Amino acid sequence: MAEETTPPTSAEPAASKPAVPARPAAAAGGAKPTAAAKPAGHAAPKGPPLATLTPELAQLQQQFGESVIAPAPYVGVLVNDLGKLREVMTYVRDQLGFDMLANATAVDYIKEGYIEVVYHPQRSKGGEPITLKVRVPRGNDPVAPTEVAVPSLVPVYAGAEFQEREIYDMFGVRFEGHPDLRRILTWEGFYGWPLRKDWREPYYEGDTKPFESRWPGGHHQLAEERVPWQDNVNYPPGFDPLNFQANPDAGLYDSMLGGVPGVEVEPNGQAQRSPQPKGVGASVPVLDRNYNNLADDEELQTDQIIVNMGPQHPSTHGVLRMVVKLDGETVTDLKLVLGYLHRNHEKIGERNTWLHNIPYTDRLDYICGIANELGYVITVEKMMGIKPTERAEYLRVIMTELTRIESHFWAIGFLLNDLGAFYTPALYFITERDLILDLFESVTGSRLMCNYMRFGGVSRDLTEDQIMRARELAFERIPRKIDELEQLLTDNEIIKARTIGVGYLPAERSINYSLTGPCLRAAGVPYDIRRVDPYSIYDRFDFDIPVFYGADVYDRYRVRVAEMRQSLRIVQQALNQLDQTKPGDIQAGKKAYNHRVPAGQAYGRVETPKGELGFYLVSDGGQNAYRYHVRSSSFINLNSLKEMTVGQKVADAVVILGSLDIVLGEVDR
Amino acid sequence: MGLLGTGILKGLGVTLRHFIDTYAEDLKYILNKSGVQQPRPLRRQSPKARGLVTVEYPRERLPLPENFRYVPFLVYDTEKQDDKCTSCGICAKVCPPQCIWIVRTEDPVTKRPVPQPKEFYIDTTICMNCGYCAEFCPFDAIKMDHDYELSYYPHQEPHARLVQDKAELTKPDTYHASIHPTDWHRELEDRAAEEAKKKAAAEAKAKADAAKAAGGSAAPGAAGAKPATPAAAATTSKPAPPKAEDKPADAAGEASDQ
Repeated sequence: MAEETTPPTSAEPAASKPAVPARPAAAAGGAKPTAAAKPAGHAAPKGPPLATLTPELAQLQQQFGESVIAPAPYVGVLVNDLGKLREVMTYVRDQLGFDMLANATAVDYIKEGYIEVVYHPQRSKGGEPITLKVRVPRGNDPVAPTEVAVPSLVPVYAGAEFQEREIYDMFGVRFEGHPDLRRILTWEGFYGWPLRKDWREPYYEGDTKPFESRWPGGHHQLAEERVPWQDNVNYPPGFDPLNFQANPDAGLYDSMLGGVPGVEVEPNGQAQRSPQPKGVGASVPVLDRNYNNLADDEELQTDQIIVNMGPQHPSTHGVLRMVVKLDGETVTDLKLVLGYLHRNHEKIGERNTWLHNIPYTDRLDYICGIANELGYVITVEKMMGIKPTERAEYLRVIMTELTRIESHFWAIGFLLNDLGAFYTPALYFITERDLILDLFESVTGSRLMCNYMRFGGVSRDLTEDQIMRARELAFERIPRKIDELEQLLTDNEIIKARTIGVGYLPAERSINYSLTGPCLRAAGVPYDIRRVDPYSIYDRFDFDIPVFYGADVYDRYRVRVAEMRQSLRIVQQALNQLDQTKPGDIQAGKKAYNHRVPAGQAYGRVETPKGELGFYLVSDGGQNAYRYHVRSSSFINLNSLKEMTVGQKVADAVVILGSLDIVLGEVDR
Repeated sequence: MGLLGTGILKGLGVTLRHFIDTYAEDLKYILNKSGVQQPRPLRRQSPKARGLVTVEYPRERLPLPENFRYVPFLVYDTEKQDDKCTSCGICAKVCPPQCIWIVRTEDPVTKRPVPQPKEFYIDTTICMNCGYCAEFCPFDAIKMDHDYELSYYPHQEPHARLVQDKAELTKPDTYHASIHPTDWHRELEDRAAEEAKKKAAAEAKAKADAAKAAGGSAAPGAAGAKPATPAAAATTSKPAPPKAEDKPADAAGEASDQ
């Protein structure tokens, strides 16, 4: 858990440096500087323990001197020389070993007049991420992106590509040297930068909930009838809605027709196959500038075509659009069009009070809602400095691990659907999943949108009956069913033929792409946050982190099966130890609804069934989050889909996507 | 690695077993007519069942768990013939999508607020069924419903039924007791405990006053106050949901919040 507070200890080496800018309030959030502008060394009464400058950051400062500074009440370090950012990050990656960009996001400090881009690199060997930041002046133009561009980190961390596009889309921060800087969650031509503090959504009512109009004078009014076509809608100057013709895909197709990835064309027209490792069975033809095949004259010299798969394609697991460029049946390029399910979750999260956000996190990755809640709740608990009760910790672990099992059942079932084993395996596993959901329903009241976690506890205890049912599931039924699943699938020759060697992405590339979760562990990297940066009470249980080395679809399947068994072990141990806790003791302290979180910033993360789910939260000391960022594992895992797919057959593209196990609710947010 | 095709055969064995189980379970049920049996849907979906799990909705329905939550309703106290709601506004504040709208009643003469809602709306098109309103209500006045079949014909007035007003939302506490028996018992116990406490306090005060008036015989007074307190302690020490204990504290917090 990266834990970052305002203010840090006064013993920081940076505090004595002359380069420290005199803006102590800046880091703590702009809206209410009074809350943050406490003198350094004056800790908030209920705040978490003070953060210190980690040895890595100190080393970084030594290396780069004035261009890397750590201002006083500040978290991580600030790279104040933008030109050096890439150099610093390369040093961080190669010399310090932070080989994986866990998270990149931005915060709009409107009062201070800058946007801060925040990077969280981490080591694939484990440990907490470090925090690096840069600032760019935000400007007040509602349409234009920032004048100053941040150097793109895609050459250093390939995993930055989608995240930088998201920052550009949401904040209008330009990235110099980005290979394909287009909007990603909204469409081309969207007006404004939605996560800037001065952007307002249609039906805008107020900056923060609860809204004044609800009580005590709450005469109901439908949102749709509050005249949305007046001051809530901003047209660009000179925009004529009647004669508007959108061509949002022009940039997309342009970016695909520019060249053939994986094939570098020499100036003399001779094509060279790139040394990039390809999957087994890959055969990218060597093409010249006109896509003519140079290697084999006997092959048909065909044009390449662009095919749109989705957004209504049954195998895209929701509303995802894959645009593939095909040479015959071989994929030569792939681009993703996201955002069909975008609802600006993060803006909603900034309007909400801290408590309001818990049920919203259920709706991120709706297959494993409880795991998302846990991520959010432990991040806020870190900022508030509270701890849940013993019983609540056990209940959290039991429910989260059951969620992992049901999510993997779902993932495997639908992977098989993508392979063409239509619904027989899927329905066998959905049956089991439904029994787990029945338990969720009887405990929390809802099957998917559980809304189970609270700050410092959980909402309901398990009754004796429910514990009996959980035991029945964990000790008898689910182990039996996992055996059955393996019997049905693992040795099946057709599955092996279709999946072994397909979607290959070796470990170094996976790390560079910030791939997390079962897909990374299938590439031989034993990276599981429950183990490398333990949270909750996972350090008490005896379990293994399954790792496979094939880095292909088959091993991603096998990792999931093995993980289900490990989750069962955790649930079994937790159920056995549950007797040692006090029944009914599920909430630490008084149950409250109007939490105030001490000013500060925190990046908290958990291992959900899909990978690393992180929350980057900034509080200004009020009832609402100043910034609420979700580091979505599905979204960032999709970043590497292109490299996995290029060179494979188009039918395998579907399978590779299935093996990533994405949920569009979390991708699009 | 065995002979090519054995993996597929093993898998086919699993599907065959599923096929047989589907009928075997029903056969068992038909043959064994004696004795007490669970109703079919429950038996089918029990964690021990091996056969088919589907039930034929809407002919067959699974019983809803008590905690099941759907769009909330307001509880009407049939004993006191009054709404339980005091229009304190906590539910409107904790509501994440802000779908609760409350107009507070004002005393026509003094213009001061009366603890009763004049109007109460829940916009069910926005409600996300999170259950916060019921969880944080200090007066047990709003509860989550079990009625999940909310669809209306379009010829009924648009929005009229989906934005529910106070009359549509109000349901008697007998209904609440029927769908949430555990919750209801906890409420009754809380109320009994509170009344016992009040009574004990009143008695103790009366005794103390009497003692003061009598001038010194305190011993019988202490004995008289005793029987009430163990009863109250017994009810609260039961493994009731902890929010029961937090409720009064919440109410106090709310008072300061206003």
